[in-house]
Amino acid sequence: MIEFWELIKESVRTLRLNKMRTGLAILGIVIGIGSVIALISIGQSSQKSVTDRITSLGTNLVTVSPSYQSSGMVRGSSVQKTLTLADAQALENASLSAVKSISPEYSGRLQIIAGDNNTNTSVYGVKSTYSSIHNIQVSGGRFINDSDYNSTAHVVVLGPSVVEDLYGSSSYNPIGETIRIDGKNFTIIGVTVAKGTSSSSSADEAVYVPLSTAQKQLFGVTYLTSIAVEATSSEVIIQAQNQVGYFLLARHKISDPTSADFRVRSSEEMLSTATSVTSTFTSLLSGVAAISLIVGGIGIMNIMLVTVTERTREIGLRKALGAKKKTIVTQFLTESIILTFSGGILGVIIGVVTAYGYAKINSSTFTISISSVLLAFAVSVGIGVIFGWYPAKKAASLQPIEALRYE
Amino acid sequence: MAKLKPIIIAKNLSKIYKTDIIETIALNNVSFEINEGEFVAIMGPSGSGKSTLMHILGALDKPTSGEYILDGKNVEKLSDDELSEIRNKKIGFIFQAFNLLPRTTTLQNVMLPMAYAGVPKEEREKTAERLLKMVGLSDRLHHTSNQISGGQQQRVAIARSLVLNPAMILADEPTGNIASSQADEVMSIFEKLNDQGHTIVMITHEPDIAQHAKRIIFIRDGKIVQDSVNKNRHTAASIKKEVDKHD
Repeated sequence: MIEFWELIKESVRTLRLNKMRTGLAILGIVIGIGSVIALISIGQSSQKSVTDRITSLGTNLVTVSPSYQSSGMVRGSSVQKTLTLADAQALENASLSAVKSISPEYSGRLQIIAGDNNTNTSVYGVKSTYSSIHNIQVSGGRFINDSDYNSTAHVVVLGPSVVEDLYGSSSYNPIGETIRIDGKNFTIIGVTVAKGTSSSSSADEAVYVPLSTAQKQLFGVTYLTSIAVEATSSEVIIQAQNQVGYFLLARHKISDPTSADFRVRSSEEMLSTATSVTSTFTSLLSGVAAISLIVGGIGIMNIMLVTVTERTREIGLRKALGAKKKTIVTQFLTESIILTFSGGILGVIIGVVTAYGYAKINSSTFTISISSVLLAFAVSVGIGVIFGWYPAKKAASLQPIEALRYE
Repeated sequence: MAKLKPIIIAKNLSKIYKTDIIETIALNNVSFEINEGEFVAIMGPSGSGKSTLMHILGALDKPTSGEYILDGKNVEKLSDDELSEIRNKKIGFIFQAFNLLPRTTTLQNVMLPMAYAGVPKEEREKTAERLLKMVGLSDRLHHTSNQISGGQQQRVAIARSLVLNPAMILADEPTGNIASSQADEVMSIFEKLNDQGHTIVMITHEPDIAQHAKRIIFIRDGKIVQDSVNKNRHTAASIKKEVDKHD
């Protein structure tokens, strides 16, 4: 048997004799491996950014929102009025064991005007508990407090994106100034800290007013769009979900949970939904990449078959001089594995660079897992073996006499 | 006189090529023996079956019937891989078309059969250099096969055939593709090797070349028609003398 390094050297020498063809054969694998690496990385980083965003909304969060009664009701009105401030009050007074605090909320879109500038954005009617439950911090001024709520004060806290829209720069300090919301004057008392990294998060585009003001002065409603419930810890989030759910069922006098006129969802649920969506997306992309990898493998097989035909004489000679089947198989397999392996290395480099570039352009986090790189190498070598096997076998089974005669 | 060791024992060798409609008898009951140290030329016109015989003697092909014993081994019963080993260790091939690996140095070409036999690299290099020196190509070690002449290529092939000290050298039209002056050179190497005790079996259709052998087997239509000692042998030396006389 020829020694290992000699075999590698000999194969590399043979492959270099036909650089153009070798390059083209490798190209398929480079594209395949490169796209697998890049797409997995892009998928993972988008998954991470979605997860981060949901986490930033609050991790121990249970959200109660109104829903359609399934008891044959026609889906007529766009807003359900089943959730009221009284529900929130009752929840608060019930002091459920897994519940830490309650935030009743009403939100809708309204026109906001500051001087010559105006914008249409989400207006949240909130109580003081909102900021702690949703991880909202103010960079200047203060958030809505209980006395604002009790006095139905015309005060507003702006998200940084709104400040930018209205005053041209997010670093502008508008505290103390007056803006008009739906034609009514509001005094700015605070600006929230930006939550989103690059792509603006919805919290950054919102403005916050006292719930009482929103309900009575701006929207003229008595119901809520949601009640946010903070669980005492992330371990009891399911418990909190159940406690809130059954409490409200009892309060609404509904015996069948399936016909509830509200929905209770935890942030964990949203997280897992989002995660499953993004991972489906990732596997779809990887599937497409895997197909190109197979096409690349077929390219290798094609080239190796051409090589076998071209080198029939040489193979015959080698067999005449004493090469056994195994020797010939090894020689051809080594060549195809070297092709796919070097293609794999190039592919990983190109894939990582692409993923990095994508992350830079979208200013998202760049993640690359070692496992996907190792997998790519294993796959590329595997492809070399699988698609190199048939040509190698074909070469080895050539009869020396036929092969020597071949012109 | 000590009994000569037979290298080749061919008993009733027949080779029949069959297609759907016709049966071609390439070899018809051929029997002969070749002993150690002989220099045999197998002659015959094209289509006589000499190539078929060469393939069988070279363990490149198996006879349809009959027995072929090479250096004590019955070739008929061997597998593909065992045949490879036999060819590797017992036969030194020299082909009409030289059959060197293209774009490969003479040294590497000569080393190749030793690699298949599992000889360590240093020894391979030493042996190859020694044999290339013997055929007068010490200054061509690192030339690739397309950088040297036909005669030189055939001398590389001779060096290659000798590396594993085979039981016989099997040459198929060794001078068929080279200029006559270089052919004489090749033949003189053969004579020298035979003088050193190497068994040489040479297939040729050129009477001039066959005259260098000690024994000539004529074959026609798949049968041996004559098998005799070459009485008027021309050695390279005697030819040179002849040429000098005419100058």
